[in-house]
Amino acid sequence: MVRFLKRSYIYLVFAFLYMPIAVLMVYSFNDSRSRGVWGGFTLRWYVELFQDRTIMSSLYSTLFIGATAAVIATIIGTLAAIGIHNSKGIQKKLIMNVTYLPVLNPEIVTAISLMILFVFAKVRFGYLTLLLAHITFNIPYVILSVLPKLRQLNKHLYEAALDLGCTPAGALWKVIVPEIMPGIITGLLLAFTLSIDDFVISFFTTGSGVSTLSITIYSMARQGIKPTLNALSTIMFTFVLVLLIIVNVRQAREERKERSGKNGSKKISPYRTEFGDA
Amino acid sequence: MKRSSLFPYLIWMILFIVVPMFLVLYYAFTIPTEAGSTWSLENFARFFEPVYLKVLGRSLRLALISTGICLLLGYPAAMVMAGNAFSRKNVLLLLFVVPMWMNFLLRTYAWLTLLERNGAINVLLTSLNLPRLQILYTNSAVVLGMVYNFLPFMVLPIYSVLSKIDKGVVEAAGDLGANPFRVFTKVVLPLSLPGVVSGVTMVFMPALTTFVISRLLGGGQFTLIGNLIEQQFLVVDNWGFGSAISVVMIVLILLSMAIMSFFEGEEKDVALW
Repeated sequence: MVRFLKRSYIYLVFAFLYMPIAVLMVYSFNDSRSRGVWGGFTLRWYVELFQDRTIMSSLYSTLFIGATAAVIATIIGTLAAIGIHNSKGIQKKLIMNVTYLPVLNPEIVTAISLMILFVFAKVRFGYLTLLLAHITFNIPYVILSVLPKLRQLNKHLYEAALDLGCTPAGALWKVIVPEIMPGIITGLLLAFTLSIDDFVISFFTTGSGVSTLSITIYSMARQGIKPTLNALSTIMFTFVLVLLIIVNVRQAREERKERSGKNGSKKISPYRTEFGDA
Repeated sequence: MKRSSLFPYLIWMILFIVVPMFLVLYYAFTIPTEAGSTWSLENFARFFEPVYLKVLGRSLRLALISTGICLLLGYPAAMVMAGNAFSRKNVLLLLFVVPMWMNFLLRTYAWLTLLERNGAINVLLTSLNLPRLQILYTNSAVVLGMVYNFLPFMVLPIYSVLSKIDKGVVEAAGDLGANPFRVFTKVVLPLSLPGVVSGVTMVFMPALTTFVISRLLGGGQFTLIGNLIEQQFLVVDNWGFGSAISVVMIVLILLSMAIMSFFEGEEKDVALW
C-alpha cells in the first residue's frame, strides 16, 4: 500500500511535467489554427513546416550556432581544464572563481554584460556576436565536465609516455585525451544542449535578420504560436527521445554482457545521467 | 602536461567575462553628462524609490514561494526515487531530464493553452461540475510556471545526495530505537542538507531573475526584476540604471551563495544540477 502511494506520487509529478508537452504534441495534429479548439486530425502543419521560411532559417541558425559554439567551446574548455588541473595556488583559485561567474550569474546579467561589450567594441550584432556569446557561456560547463575526469587520471601516465619517447603534444593527444574522452563528450553534448535551448543570452546578443528558434518562438508568442512550431518541436522531441532510448538499451545490453563474464572497461555514456560529481 | 594550454582560455576569459563585468560596473557607477560621463551613485539611489523596491519585493516573494513549493514537492519525490519503490532508477532520472529537451519557451507557452478560460484544465473541471480555475495572468500562474520549469533542479541534487546515504546508518538509527519520524529528522534530513542547499540555490537564482515566465504567463502588466532590467536595456535605453540593478542582483546572489556555502560544509565542487 505504501509502495503504491509512493509510486502514484511519482506518477503525479511526471504527469505535471509531461502535461504541457503532451498538449503541444496533440495540438500539432490539430486541424484548427486556434488553441483550445479541436478541429480534427491533420498532418498539414508538418507539411507547412518545411515550407515556412522563418522557421526553417531559425532552425538552421540554431543548429549551426549550437554545433559551432559547442565544438569551439569544447576545444578551448578541454585545453583550459588541462591547464587548470596543472596549475596551483592563487592562480588556480582565481581562474576557477572567474570560470564560475557565468555559471552563477543570472543569465540576464551575463546577457547584458556581453551586449554592452559588443556595443562598446563596435561589433556588428548578428551571427558573430551570437557565436561569441554562446561559446562564452558554454566554456565553463565544458571545464566543469572535464575536470573530474582529470582528477581520476593516473598522474604517471603522462610521464610514462614521455619516458617512452613521446613528445609532450603527442602524449597529450595520444594518452591524456583518450583517457578523459567521456568528460569531453559530456561537455560537448551539454554545451550543444545549452546552446539550442538558450533564449535570454541570444535575445540580447543577436542582430537584425538573425533569429534562433527560441527568439522566433518568443516573438510569435504575442500573436499566438503557429501550430507549425508545435510540429517542429514534436519532431525534435521525438528524435531526442528515440536517441536516448537507443543509447540506454544498448548500454543495458552491454552491461549485461559484462556481467556475464566478458571483460572490458565500463563505458560511461554522456547520455547516462550521472549526477553528483558533475 | 603543460600549463600553456590555459592560454587561449585566459584570453577568452579576460575578454568575454572580466571586461564585460567591469563595463557593467562602469555603467552602474556613472551617469552620462554633456562632457561624457561622471562618477555617481544616482543609479543606485534610484533603485530605492518605492516603485522599484516594490518590484524587488515582488520578485523576492515569488521566487521564495516557488522555491518553497519546489522543495515541498521535490523532497518527497527524491526520497521515493532513492528508496526501493522503483527498480529502474536510471530511467526515472532520465524522465526528469527529458522535458528539458523540449524548448523552454514552448513548454511554458503550453501552459497558456492548459490554463485558458476554455483550456484543457477548465474543460475537465467543468465536466466534473467544479468551478473554473482562473489564474492566467496572475501571480499564481507565474509561480506555477517557475515551479514547472525549475522542479527538476530541486529533485536531482537532493536525489543524488539521498542515494549516497549509507543504508547502514539509517538502519542503525532504527535499531537503536528511533521511530521513522525521528530517523528522518535526526539522520536522513541532516545528511541530505547539502543536496537541499544546492537544490534551493538552483531554483531560487533563476526564479529571481527570470523575465520570460513572467512575460508569458503573467501577461504584459507584470514586472519582475528581470523584466525591469530588460526594459532598461531594450526599451528605455537607460544602461546605467539597468547595470545598477544587475549589480544589485549579483550582490544578492553572491550573498546567498555565501550563506549557502556556510551550510554546505565540505562539498568542494559546485554541483551543476
